[in-house]
Amino acid sequence: MSTVKLTVNGKAVAVDVEDRTLLVQLLRDHLNLTGTHVGCDTSQCGACVVHMDGKAVKSCTMLAGQADGANITTIEGIAKGDELHPMQAAFRDNHGLQCGYCTPGMIMSAIDIVHRHGGQLDETTVRQELEGNICRCTGYHNIVKAVLDAAGRMKVSQAAE
Amino acid sequence: MYQTTYHRASSVDEAVSLFAKGTESKFLAGGQTLLPVMKQRLASPSDVIDLGKIKELQGVELSGDVLTIKAGTTYFDIMQNADVKKAIPAIAHLTSVLGDPAVRYRGTIGGSIANNDPAADYPAALLALGATVKTNKRSIAAEDFFQGLFTTALEDGEIITAVSFPVPEKAGYEKMRHPASRFALTGVFVAKTKSGEVRVAATGASQSGVMRVPAIEAALKANWSPSAIDSVTISASNLLADIHGTAEYRANLVKVMAQRAVAAAG
Repeated sequence: MSTVKLTVNGKAVAVDVEDRTLLVQLLRDHLNLTGTHVGCDTSQCGACVVHMDGKAVKSCTMLAGQADGANITTIEGIAKGDELHPMQAAFRDNHGLQCGYCTPGMIMSAIDIVHRHGGQLDETTVRQELEGNICRCTGYHNIVKAVLDAAGRMKVSQAAE
Repeated sequence: MYQTTYHRASSVDEAVSLFAKGTESKFLAGGQTLLPVMKQRLASPSDVIDLGKIKELQGVELSGDVLTIKAGTTYFDIMQNADVKKAIPAIAHLTSVLGDPAVRYRGTIGGSIANNDPAADYPAALLALGATVKTNKRSIAAEDFFQGLFTTALEDGEIITAVSFPVPEKAGYEKMRHPASRFALTGVFVAKTKSGEVRVAATGASQSGVMRVPAIEAALKANWSPSAIDSVTISASNLLADIHGTAEYRANLVKVMAQRAVAAAG
């Protein structure tokens, strides 16, 4: 057992876990943050994507110990109170989900994509960049629309800040 | 995953001494292969020594005609690096088509070559460019480093610290990506060194792991152009065959990917 200390959605936490614990297990089983999903458990599907120090990583492919000292943001940490994050709002408005299982990972990856590409996003780029996130319902069309829509909204909200 | 004991090393020396204390230790770099393998219970190290926070294993240096990438540098940092893009843009390109964005934030060049997956991308770059693998004990030429499927010259407890690439006159890499795993169904790295030598390496093709392709090297030496490879025949014997492609298909891919890589290199 080891104590892992990290910041999750702005709150400092210290959790005693077995050394073999994955980051996603720490989030879901120890902190009850079940918005982060486990889909394939083989690093392919991206349902488990969270941000570690601002970068979108697959939390099923990291030991909790590797995240010691890190700043983690999950899907539960991106809305401001009742106001959805622009990416969440765009997924809702564009019908970017059906069953919703992949959606938390999609949204966390998509925010990272917008941060990295800023205003230079086009459909081809979004499709390439989302290759680490698998959706079995939508055919991706509305997900891509949502990400492009959110990229515009995030640019506007950043400019306003 | 079976039980294991996790250690975080803050220096190469500390990592070596932690490794020696375990009964069956493994070094953990980015973990993008080791952790999935441990989850499948195909590996069950007693101790995992995390190299991820060792500062001396991070960074890229360009000094004259040698580009040195330290072993713990992530794929993301390699593909973004200005010196990599300037000196050997083919390495930046190779890295940008490796894995997916989340994997590229975590995976490292040292981890990739230590694992030596027969379909990994970096081994082709090291072999074609005539790179040198630096460890905490010695320097190893790429030719001697890669020794077949998942096998390298590394000894127990030896840590890769950096890879040094001679800057070539031109180089290119193209691969047929497996659509799910993004590994190379077959990938070919072509390079023309500053002394005029032509070196070509293929990954994902041979049953013995990454390999040089002498027939294509000879054709390109005579005429550096995609059409020079038209008349080359690649034998399918000893090539990989699985549900994704026959040995004959891969033999043809070696040719086609080499042609595309030459076109990309210019």
